[in-house]
Amino acid sequence: MHIEIDEISKQFGTTAALHPVSLSIPSGALVALLGPSGSGKTTLLRILGGLEFPTSGRVRFDGQDATALTVQDRRAGFVFQSYALFRHMTVFDNIAYGLNARPRASRPTMAEIARRVTKLMELIQLPGIGARYPGQLSGGQRQRVALARALAIEPRMLLLDEPFGALDAKVRKELRQGLRDIHDTTGLTTVFVTHDQEEAMELADLVVVMSMGRIEQIGKPQDIRARPATPFVRDFLTA
Amino acid sequence: MSDAATRCFRPATGEPPAARRALIGLAFAGLAVLVFAPLAAVFAEALADGLGPSLKSLASPDARAAVRLTLTIAAISVPLNAVFGIAAAWFITKFDFRAKAFLITLIDLPFSVSPVVAGLCIVLMFGTDSLVGGWLVAQGRPVVFALPGIVLATMFVTFPFVARELIPVMIEQGRAEEEAALTLGASGWRTFRTVTLPNIRWALLYGVLLCNARAMGEFGAVSVVSGKIRGQTATMPTTIEMLYQEYLPVAAFSLAAVLALLALATLLLKTALELRHADQLAAAHRH
Repeated sequence: MHIEIDEISKQFGTTAALHPVSLSIPSGALVALLGPSGSGKTTLLRILGGLEFPTSGRVRFDGQDATALTVQDRRAGFVFQSYALFRHMTVFDNIAYGLNARPRASRPTMAEIARRVTKLMELIQLPGIGARYPGQLSGGQRQRVALARALAIEPRMLLLDEPFGALDAKVRKELRQGLRDIHDTTGLTTVFVTHDQEEAMELADLVVVMSMGRIEQIGKPQDIRARPATPFVRDFLTA
Repeated sequence: MSDAATRCFRPATGEPPAARRALIGLAFAGLAVLVFAPLAAVFAEALADGLGPSLKSLASPDARAAVRLTLTIAAISVPLNAVFGIAAAWFITKFDFRAKAFLITLIDLPFSVSPVVAGLCIVLMFGTDSLVGGWLVAQGRPVVFALPGIVLATMFVTFPFVARELIPVMIEQGRAEEEAALTLGASGWRTFRTVTLPNIRWALLYGVLLCNARAMGEFGAVSVVSGKIRGQTATMPTTIEMLYQEYLPVAAFSLAAVLALLALATLLLKTALELRHADQLAAAHRH
């Protein structure tokens, strides 16, 4: 799905989290929102997911205005920074949550839900952990379960907030490839937020460098490396 | 040698056996003096003349009316306070707004205001001399010296219990799980039912039990608004006091023993639930 962000701004009280920013994300792209903390990257992601509403500007999905679309109607698969798995539910129930939440008319049968959950657990390479609780999983496993839960709703796009932030270096590298693979298999337009420039450069097709609520540069990783558009981008990349 | 060895393997946070015994002994002594001894005294006094007179006093219409009234009050005010408490805790923890600190202070108000003052406030607001009270009395629905007033007084006094238990738990849990449920397509009500409520159920249960214990035991505010009409508006605590004042120790302590048993039953219920759901509790805490 093609995502268009048109002059979006966000004001929290008197502070501006986002100055009007515009960005066009081609269908099927894997995009990194890269910037230090407070750069507005998470706010932008949450606006895409429908968890925050912009103060001004429009969001368009495939050319259709989606600015006023509720969080439920956006069908954005969202992976939270600390994964936000439902701690009182098993892995199976976590992944099945979105399917069970559908209105009765469009809800798959129990058997169909079980089949899909099993398939998703295979996709994240954790077959057979359906009966466990989130508290019994490692950080990397939790992240993959969160990804499966987001994919279960057959989302129109995948949004990830610092998906590798809470993991150690080795697991981080493995899961990076995992996300790339899942993106390539599903073909979903994917946006992830990170403060780690190496991660952004290695994983993304398109990198959006942000600072202080503004977009500093948009481009392919190699282009941004070769030709930083502003002093901020140059400093951030060499830091 | 063996003594040195045991000392070596003692965990860093452990205490020497002597200190441990002393601490445990101190805790038990405190409990014995403050909790067990008075409780035993109540039962001893109640059964001073044997079981017969005690049961006979409990079977009197006034005593039975008092038990019924107290249970009715708890049955009305505890569920309402559970709902209000959840609503208040939800509002305070899931939204950001300017008057938040003020609202939290307001929730604590019943703890800091004397129950007698609270009772007087209700009398002032709903008494026959007041505008609202006068009108209600004219409609044949008096608040003061009647059930509505007693329920109001009880609810005021027990309001903070549920909210106070829930707020820290809900703050600690944050909003991420609810947000996740919403992005997965769940409605607000479904999110509350399947995510929020299961996450707070133990705190909620604890708050409800405390609220219940206090609702049944409330004396100050209720004695002001109830008028203590025997057989009609006298609750268990107020009846106990009246009986005691009338030099009827067996009747007073028998009713007191029933009140204590009701509280003990609440605690047993809580323990039973905790034992039965021990695995879920552990799972919830590990995350």
